[in-house]
Amino acid sequence: MSMATPTIQPVVRENYERENYLNKHYGVGSWLLTTDHKRIALLYLVSITFFFFIGGFFALLIRLELLTPASDLVQADTYNKLFTMHGMVMIFFFLVPSIPAVLGNFLVPMMIGAKDLAFPRINLLSWYLYIIGGVMMLHCMLTGGVDTGWTFYAPFSTAFTNTKIIEAGLAIFVAGFSSILTGLNFVVTIHRMRAPGMTWSRLPLFIWAHYATSIIQILGTPVIAITIVLVAAERALHLGIFDPKLGGDPLLFQHLFWFYSHPAVYIMILPSMGIISEIIACYSRKRIFGYSFVAFSSIAIAVFGFLVWAHHMFVAGISVYAALLFSLLSYAVAVPSAVKVFNWTATLYKGSIHYDAPMLYAFGFLGLFTIGGLTGLFLAALGIDVHVTDTYFVVAHFHYIMVGGAVMGYLGGMHFWWPKISGRLYPEGWAKLAALIVFIGFNLTFFPQFLLGYMGMPRRYADYSHMPEFQILNVFSTAGATILGVGYLLPMIYFLWSMRYGKPAPDNPWNAAGLEWMTPSPPTTFNFEQEPVVTWEAYNYDELDAPHKQEVPVVR
Amino acid sequence: MSDHSKSSPLPKYFAVWIALLVCTFLTYKAAYLDLGRFNALVALGIATFKATLVTLFFMHVWHAGEKLVKLVVISTLFFFLLLLALSMADYGTRLWS
Amino acid sequence: MSDSSTSNSSLAGLQHSEPLGHGKHHPELLHHFADVQQQRNSASLGMWVFLATEVMFFGGLFCAYLIYRLAYFGDFAAASKSIDATLGATNTAVLICSSLTVVLAVWAAETARRTLLIGSLILTMLLGLAFLGIKGKEYKDKFDEHHVPGASFSFENVPVPGHPGQYANPQHAEIFFALYFVMTGLHALHMVIGLGIFTWLLIMAWKGRFTPQYNTPVEIGGLYWHFVDLIWIYLFPLLYLIDRHL
Repeated sequence: MSMATPTIQPVVRENYERENYLNKHYGVGSWLLTTDHKRIALLYLVSITFFFFIGGFFALLIRLELLTPASDLVQADTYNKLFTMHGMVMIFFFLVPSIPAVLGNFLVPMMIGAKDLAFPRINLLSWYLYIIGGVMMLHCMLTGGVDTGWTFYAPFSTAFTNTKIIEAGLAIFVAGFSSILTGLNFVVTIHRMRAPGMTWSRLPLFIWAHYATSIIQILGTPVIAITIVLVAAERALHLGIFDPKLGGDPLLFQHLFWFYSHPAVYIMILPSMGIISEIIACYSRKRIFGYSFVAFSSIAIAVFGFLVWAHHMFVAGISVYAALLFSLLSYAVAVPSAVKVFNWTATLYKGSIHYDAPMLYAFGFLGLFTIGGLTGLFLAALGIDVHVTDTYFVVAHFHYIMVGGAVMGYLGGMHFWWPKISGRLYPEGWAKLAALIVFIGFNLTFFPQFLLGYMGMPRRYADYSHMPEFQILNVFSTAGATILGVGYLLPMIYFLWSMRYGKPAPDNPWNAAGLEWMTPSPPTTFNFEQEPVVTWEAYNYDELDAPHKQEVPVVR
Repeated sequence: MSDHSKSSPLPKYFAVWIALLVCTFLTYKAAYLDLGRFNALVALGIATFKATLVTLFFMHVWHAGEKLVKLVVISTLFFFLLLLALSMADYGTRLWS
Repeated sequence: MSDSSTSNSSLAGLQHSEPLGHGKHHPELLHHFADVQQQRNSASLGMWVFLATEVMFFGGLFCAYLIYRLAYFGDFAAASKSIDATLGATNTAVLICSSLTVVLAVWAAETARRTLLIGSLILTMLLGLAFLGIKGKEYKDKFDEHHVPGASFSFENVPVPGHPGQYANPQHAEIFFALYFVMTGLHALHMVIGLGIFTWLLIMAWKGRFTPQYNTPVEIGGLYWHFVDLIWIYLFPLLYLIDRHL
């Protein structure tokens, strides 16, 4: 059972029966033409879960192929398509949108005391653009896919491959526009629509994180958009912008590509960090230690994130002086992330820790993100990078951050806010079990990959029969992937189950701080009957817990 | 946002317009003078001056009520220049070693 | 609207601002905004943030251009010389005039001058069409001279300005023209979108929708148009005026 601090509000049976955003209007049209940010969040939830399955399916095939050294399940050409589509779908259609478009859309207006985002219709447009991009990508995959790796480097992508680059590129272009509009919406909303008294220093760290993410989405995504335009033009018209045979420079493609794609990884992790702040504060019953540091570190990550892109190009042919500079800058970008980890840890100290499911995901995040981040520093060191670049070490590093970090945060957040979103409680026992399975499955999948990479197994190879001793670790990895898959399936099942059979949720089941908890579960369409006026600081857990503290006799 | 100044902004608009046309003429003529390596600098300098006039006066940034718009403009320029500068950190130093 | 009875003391103890009644509010006020000023400020900030994305969008092209211009300066100069600087300068003047008509339109909307507003909008659009017409002529010239990148591209025996006896590398010149067409083409596309926006503004203005209290669409449409002008202010010297003196 939940160990959460008991709430003072009695469970109101009619919470989900009375009018709320879910039952206010019925019918497909009321969903497909909605401008309610909460409904749009759910539209995104369904769509990104769908693409998560697609990306996961490709991952399954990759891991099955790697069970044996020989390329016996699929041909190398097909394998190239598998890891390409896995990457493109997971990055552009799952990770980038996931937290901002689902939890961000749902919570940003509520956390700042607004009725909706600044531009609700543009919010709906964002979703439609995502769907259009997704359909284009699906069609591309079904009619042959792409085999260049998700990084579609030139000149292979522009001059040599005969797979559907332009179509995949356009799909990503459209989805990128969706991302830009979401970021734009958040920035304007956070600047313009905070309730009276909601000053910047009273904002939940979730909001700071999404603000920083939005800055990256706004400034970075257009650069990959123009890169895709150039690749499409080059491919269609046989130009030579990136083709060395025609006087072009392939590294120019890489510079333009990574100028977005490195900050993109911060788009994927920053929102998750915002969630972790909320969860750790709630289940330690404490204000986040060093609130200002954590808030500004989000902005610092966003800014510094734009300074380091060429660390993906250390062995590509950039000048050694540029490599030195980018290596140094890459060390600098780790600092704000470390600041967060220290502050979260300090928050735990002398906190009243509760081991609810969201908190288990947060603990998982702390450990796995730290490992992922530290291995990033290994990669930032030029000497080590030369040895492990394009090996499974890199693959393990980024999966620790993106899966161990971003996805854990996403799952923790979905659990944390599920009662608010659905008006139901998820089954706590199953949730704890799922968190454990995910953690075990994750480590079993990806820790061996660090070892494999260090020992020299290259990435993107279907056939590793030249080094058959890699097989045992690959088998562990595939076993772990299966366990991880089970861990992901469980929440999907019990969340769906809870929508029908779950206990009705009170307004604030965790007695958590934040304006979103001061609305009914699920909320009404316009969130607040009256515009709240904020007179308290963020994370006012002292006040929230005061009525429950028992007097402790003090012996003098 | 509404123009809060009591006087008409029209003279300012026309002055900026004339200045922009004059600068265009200057840039066109300067291109045909031999200034060595300063041709590009002059051209870009005049272009930047024109761009500044348009941004400050036609787009009303000069009289913007709050600093936010200026912050957006400056931040954007900063990141754009970062793209150019750090790319040049590679291209400019390739022949050094 | 929503039933307020069972709020579970969740908002108890909070101060509330005035409940938002359905009394006097501007007909153009959207429901999720508290007042017209917030709506206007949001729209304005939204357009500025969108322009930031556009700067980065074109920015990638400017980055590519910078790198190749430095690497292939002579070839780029030869290619630049073959495009018509007079037409380019004319187009620059056309856009500058259109920016003037745009600010006049915004001022007219703010001061309830309907005739000036409609006239300025029409004039802006005419100047935009003139720009596209001149661009079309330029493109046609390039097509006739086989300077459009692709199968029929040809740039043989074109001397590098200032280096007698040296001829431009056709491959490098083709890169110049590739960037020329992508950059000016993208710019022209934005121009066409701008014309679409201004058509809509014209229709709204004709219907009398703009008042001194509500003219946000004109203002933010104007911001977009000025941005398109700004891009051209840089495209013109960079593309048309390399080593013209040689």
